Amino acid sequence: MEKQTTETLTGAQIVVRLLERQGVRTLSGIPGGAILPIYDAMSQSTLIHHVLARHEQGAGFIAQGMARATGIPAVCMASSGPGATNLLTAIADAKLDSIPLVAITGQVARAMIGTDAFQEVDTYGLTIPITKHNFLVNSAEELLEVIPRAFRLAASGRPGPVLVDIPKDVQNQAIEVAEWPAIGVADPIPAPAPELIARAAAMINEAERPILYLGGGVVHSGASGLAVALAEKAGLPTVMTLMALGAMPVDHALSLGMLGMHGARCTNLALDECDLLIAVGARFDDRATGKVAAFCPQAKIIHIDIDPSELDKIKAAHVGIAGDVAAVLKMLSPEVESHLRKRWLTHVNGLKAAHPLRTPGIDDARTHYGLIRAVADCLDDEAAIATDVGQHQMWVAQAYPLRRPRQWLTSGGLGTMGFGLPAAIGAALAEPERTVVCFTGDGSILMNIQEFATAAEEGANVKIVLMNNATLGLVYQQQTMFYGERIYASKFKGQPDFIKVAEGFGLATVDLDKESDPRAALAEALSMRGPVLIHASIDRQQQVLPMVAPGAANKDMIGG
Amino acid sequence: MNATSQAENQALARAVLELDVNNHAGVMSHVVGLFSRRAYNVEGILVMPVGDGTKSRIWLLVNEDARLEQMVKQVEKLEDVLAVRRHGADHRVFERLEEFFR
Repeated sequence: MEKQTTETLTGAQIVVRLLERQGVRTLSGIPGGAILPIYDAMSQSTLIHHVLARHEQGAGFIAQGMARATGIPAVCMASSGPGATNLLTAIADAKLDSIPLVAITGQVARAMIGTDAFQEVDTYGLTIPITKHNFLVNSAEELLEVIPRAFRLAASGRPGPVLVDIPKDVQNQAIEVAEWPAIGVADPIPAPAPELIARAAAMINEAERPILYLGGGVVHSGASGLAVALAEKAGLPTVMTLMALGAMPVDHALSLGMLGMHGARCTNLALDECDLLIAVGARFDDRATGKVAAFCPQAKIIHIDIDPSELDKIKAAHVGIAGDVAAVLKMLSPEVESHLRKRWLTHVNGLKAAHPLRTPGIDDARTHYGLIRAVADCLDDEAAIATDVGQHQMWVAQAYPLRRPRQWLTSGGLGTMGFGLPAAIGAALAEPERTVVCFTGDGSILMNIQEFATAAEEGANVKIVLMNNATLGLVYQQQTMFYGERIYASKFKGQPDFIKVAEGFGLATVDLDKESDPRAALAEALSMRGPVLIHASIDRQQQVLPMVAPGAANKDMIGG
Repeated sequence: MNATSQAENQALARAVLELDVNNHAGVMSHVVGLFSRRAYNVEGILVMPVGDGTKSRIWLLVNEDARLEQMVKQVEKLEDVLAVRRHGADHRVFERLEEFFR
């Protein structure tokens, strides 16, 4: 605690001051009765820019976009009751993708808790399973401890969301504040055990067919450069999860791109043959592994993760190392022998040549892959790429040349449609110098389309590329492939005029369907400042291929 | 199978977890929520404050199955859980309570 002159402050003023001291300069939320004291205090802040979302889920994902782009905990706010319940999806999404988020909610006054008061809901109880930790604050005094602690917890170890529920009377309670607590920063992480590092190094040195398997933890830990260096030194073909895309440039000679359900054939086939799998900050998610018993059946496993509960959770590791992956890789690399690994790499390159990712139409901007490539051709690696959830997400994951950690913002674990637009707005607000592209679909965009208003109001530099097939594409694809082509509830019979809708919200628009030179129109739209909707119709019959049927082994891919 | 060996079987299949936790409203919810979300039944629960009352001790009687190790790791991750110790089913804490459940 540092000494200051004593001030009399309300709980609400304390919250705002603590956020300012924490370095929060932008946050997103929606006010309402039970959080009005905090909003009133925030109105006096000259440091905090409040971004008014149009739905609390939007506020949650705007904060997520900021946190994903920067790695720094971001803040969202909502009132009690429906405000809090609307935040839940964004909080759960942050939990599954390990995104540092501090959610602050208003609650009815303590005396009214448990009486079914107006807009009362058990926010604390609702958020237990979807947060790293949560608080129901009992006094203004407690805020001095809880707010910094929330930031510390969100950022420490495996990052994640923390919720602070603050009753209205606590926000109004005035107390004397003589000292301010230190800001919340991530706890140091215990160093990994040297004997485990030595064993892992020996296994890598002895392996004939090793593969490096990178997960989102590599991005969170800032370990991308270390991972690439290890791969290069030891001659390790490298696969990435959806969350790790960008950790190794996808056009790196050792990159096999994304593994799993929609990975290239060569990627899953190489994994099937490997004798050592080095999992780094990855959690063996079912979309990555397919049928677990058949995943890397010949491989010994080294598993490095900051969260000890991930070790042996899905697959038993021969060596499990709990620790920050950057720290582990720093210790591991010097002990790993330089290895050209000619035979294995030649074989993997043979697989790549024989079974590459097939991207039909990639040179035609009017196809799904071609549109993605055309967007990439207009941009450099400084651009950030957000997606919604569905076919477009998988196509972008497969075909966009991601080369930079934190370039890629996508909802992996929870797979939340509606994620893309607000997350892109958040990323654009956190890093205004970047162009942020949001690839979306006609299903996803409607789930948070109200945030067009926020994008317009903030002048956020987001380019929304709407790939419109008038279908819930992944559902349509699964019904086609696995449900006897009984297409049900997945084709939209009516659709809004998305161009008019976007214009109505104040966005610039381009309809590529009506452009004779779609590449030129795209280049112009992407170079405009501020929010732009870029609409393109795509063919409903196109599928995301290859595909591993849910529950099947990764080597049994369909198509592609 | 006679009655004794049945009881022995049951004893073998159970474990007792001893948790040191912070004592405030909600800690119990955090702990049991980890079990209930996995459809993992908690057979017995005992909680009392210890020392000055800022800490509590929770005793859980659970069925021993393949998930128990993961459960213990998950419980250890909870912010309000300070320590977890694992005992066999022969631990006396629940045994002594049996007379209250006759």
